[in-house]
Amino acid sequence: MNAIFQSLQDQIRSAHALQLPLRIGGGGSKHFWVRPQGSQVLDMRLYTGVVDYQPSELVLTVRAGTSLSDIEHLLDQQGQMLGFEPPHFGPDATIGGTLACGLSGPRRASVGSARDFVLGVRILDGLGRDLSFGGRVIKNVAGFDVSRLMVGAWGTLGALMEVSLKVLPKPPFETTLEWAMTELEALESMNQWAGQPLPLSATSYQNGRLRVRLSGAEVAVRAAMCHLGGEVIPEGPAWWLQVREQRAAGFSAQRPLWRLSVRSNAPPLGFSGAVLTEWGGSLRWIASDHAPAQLQRAAQEAGGHALLFRGGDPFRPLGHPLDPVLMNINKNIKQVFDPNNILNQGLGV
Amino acid sequence: MSVSLTQAQVAAALSQWLPPGAVLTNPEDLRPFETDGLTAYRQLPWMVLLPQTEAQVQSILKYCCEHHIPVVARGSGTGLSGGALPHAQGVLLSMARFMGILDIDPLARTARVQPGVRNLAISEAVAPMGLYYAPDPSSQIACSIGGNVAENSGGVHCLKYGLTLHNVLKVRAVTMAGELIELGAQALDGPGYDLLALITGSEGLLAVITEVTVKLLPKPQRAQAILAAFDDIEKAGHAVAQIIAQGIIPAGLEMMDGPATRAAEAFVHASYPLEAEAVLICESDGTPEEVSDEMGRMKAILEASGAIEIRYSQDEAERLKFWAGRKAAFPAVGRLSPDYYCIDGTIPRRFLAPVLKRIYEMSREFGLEVANVFHAGDGNLHPLILFDAAKEGEFERTEAFAGKILELCVEVGGTITGEHGVGVEKINQMCVQFSPEELEVFRAVKAAFDPQGLLNPGKAIPTLHRCAEWGGMHVHHNQLPHPELPRF
Repeated sequence: MNAIFQSLQDQIRSAHALQLPLRIGGGGSKHFWVRPQGSQVLDMRLYTGVVDYQPSELVLTVRAGTSLSDIEHLLDQQGQMLGFEPPHFGPDATIGGTLACGLSGPRRASVGSARDFVLGVRILDGLGRDLSFGGRVIKNVAGFDVSRLMVGAWGTLGALMEVSLKVLPKPPFETTLEWAMTELEALESMNQWAGQPLPLSATSYQNGRLRVRLSGAEVAVRAAMCHLGGEVIPEGPAWWLQVREQRAAGFSAQRPLWRLSVRSNAPPLGFSGAVLTEWGGSLRWIASDHAPAQLQRAAQEAGGHALLFRGGDPFRPLGHPLDPVLMNINKNIKQVFDPNNILNQGLGV
Repeated sequence: MSVSLTQAQVAAALSQWLPPGAVLTNPEDLRPFETDGLTAYRQLPWMVLLPQTEAQVQSILKYCCEHHIPVVARGSGTGLSGGALPHAQGVLLSMARFMGILDIDPLARTARVQPGVRNLAISEAVAPMGLYYAPDPSSQIACSIGGNVAENSGGVHCLKYGLTLHNVLKVRAVTMAGELIELGAQALDGPGYDLLALITGSEGLLAVITEVTVKLLPKPQRAQAILAAFDDIEKAGHAVAQIIAQGIIPAGLEMMDGPATRAAEAFVHASYPLEAEAVLICESDGTPEEVSDEMGRMKAILEASGAIEIRYSQDEAERLKFWAGRKAAFPAVGRLSPDYYCIDGTIPRRFLAPVLKRIYEMSREFGLEVANVFHAGDGNLHPLILFDAAKEGEFERTEAFAGKILELCVEVGGTITGEHGVGVEKINQMCVQFSPEELEVFRAVKAAFDPQGLLNPGKAIPTLHRCAEWGGMHVHHNQLPHPELPRF
């Protein structure tokens, strides 16, 4: 693996010297949303494998090209899991791509995001520098938190080479409950329940049905079931997989799919084409031909932002406009890590 | 810094934006600000400013930026690494007057507060709604939320509930140029690079925080604790690893070694077993069903790991009694010696026993007593070195001992600071943990926010020159220069 690391480093150094664009390639599973340009590829699929895994530390260190399925299989054997329940969007998803895209799944509102579980990274930046930030321990405040800055940066600040993640024990028992409700009632319920000591691990609202997953010790889950009522649905695990992978009804609509990240108790946003609401009301998927500015304004008024997730140009993904002062800082940060702008051109700032 | 301006000129200029009495220049008024929680370091500031509004902070920073005057922001001054140590030629910007809880949204479980609000005051304000703010640094009755964000503060419940980073949604801040920025959102994520992650724990080097929106959690219905005693550190370390390996994430998992246990017992009479070489406090919280289930499983693991004594808290009073000794461990150790020095390193949990044994060896080598308290759940070690500052050379020897402990933490794959920050205290050890290129990146990241380097200069990130002079050794990717040599 050292030789592969070396050759990837050489490739970046020469691209930097020649100012040639380089696209960081993983499994390509998120290319419907984000797709870097450049004829030359830095092939991360070569750099795979577990560097260190200590179940009793709850810490896993892996090379970024390792497939998400392999990681989940390994953790599963020890009764552990990736807490942020990342979507794969294809069989070849890698952990590097998942973190670069900053993607989290149904469990996010309860336990935290991809970024929250990152403890440390080793990267090759746009100059080919071999840099490590953070570490392999849960508490660490030495230096700026550059490792979490990399999450969701779409590889524009460096190629993730190795990542250390906090992992979680799998809950021993899970069940899914369902209610028929209006959107307004569902938002109210999701928020109220999240404010009570209940073992919630996922929520979804679609087509008049609120679904809630409970996870934890069996006695605790059963006590919560008594408290909440609702109807137990046997297809729970399949449902949350469909939500995670966006295979539930509505996600394959022909219209552009927008991701609106908002305050959890923001009232219904009033757009036609609502596909699904999850994360306790914080994440609302809408298939809509509305003008981007209109969706972005609505999201902003609800305390958040909107981006186009499916049905746009992945070479120029449409994000939420940044305030000019922040845009400047974003550009300065890009300068720090990739002054010649060779990495994943077309993405980011 | 502009050499042409006198203190009186600067004070007069800044007074135009501030209410009367908010610009302090008399040495006796400056004295209370000369140090923070790390009292070994003292420095009188050039002047102290006490703004009350965000607009005032903007005017001050804009002026200082134009005139190249260094600025050090300060919350409650409880930090333990000298992060708020004043600059002799700079202004100290006290945020203590930003005391307002601006908005509580019980349904969305968020609170929008000003940076000077005390950590515990947030939990107190939202308690009637059945909510609380989870991070609980030991200074929580006094420390401010702005300082918590600047230091990414932890507490005894981090393993289950996360650090400040995991419990903050949004921050408003003013850059050195006086511009207002908003990082994060009321939603669970925001657009652009994750600058909220970057500013959290940035030790006042990037911007001055003027408002924080925190996440609130439902208060657990029940909490119960187990006190377990061991006759051997290694067995206690094994018990900690087993609890985690069996899929339990306790709300708290704390350890004290023999000397710390005996000091705490003598101080608060918590009925700790005096013959123990290690005491573990394991806390479970949640619904009554969850707690009963978890307590039973933890007890079985502790017994199998060879605990010589196990006690359950029978009621809230007894649970608090178990904690009383742990929470009073620092002052308890303080009674044993004129001075003590608290260290804050983190190690992978599995190295707990060997690291403690090495610390005891070093204690003999340096001729200084040491007591250890440990956030065992997340690997955060707080050795307390006992010394007497009045004795010639003893503080210097203590600092050298402390430095060696931190280097040992890095050697086993840990870090030089788990929760107290680098500040001025651990700036040399940054040269051990990070390579020259990594330090260069930190400096460039600072410059991305503060190109002139005026915010909290001289803290957290050492210059390469400083590293070269100090002669620290950087251990790259855990590869020691002589990997064949045993290190314990």
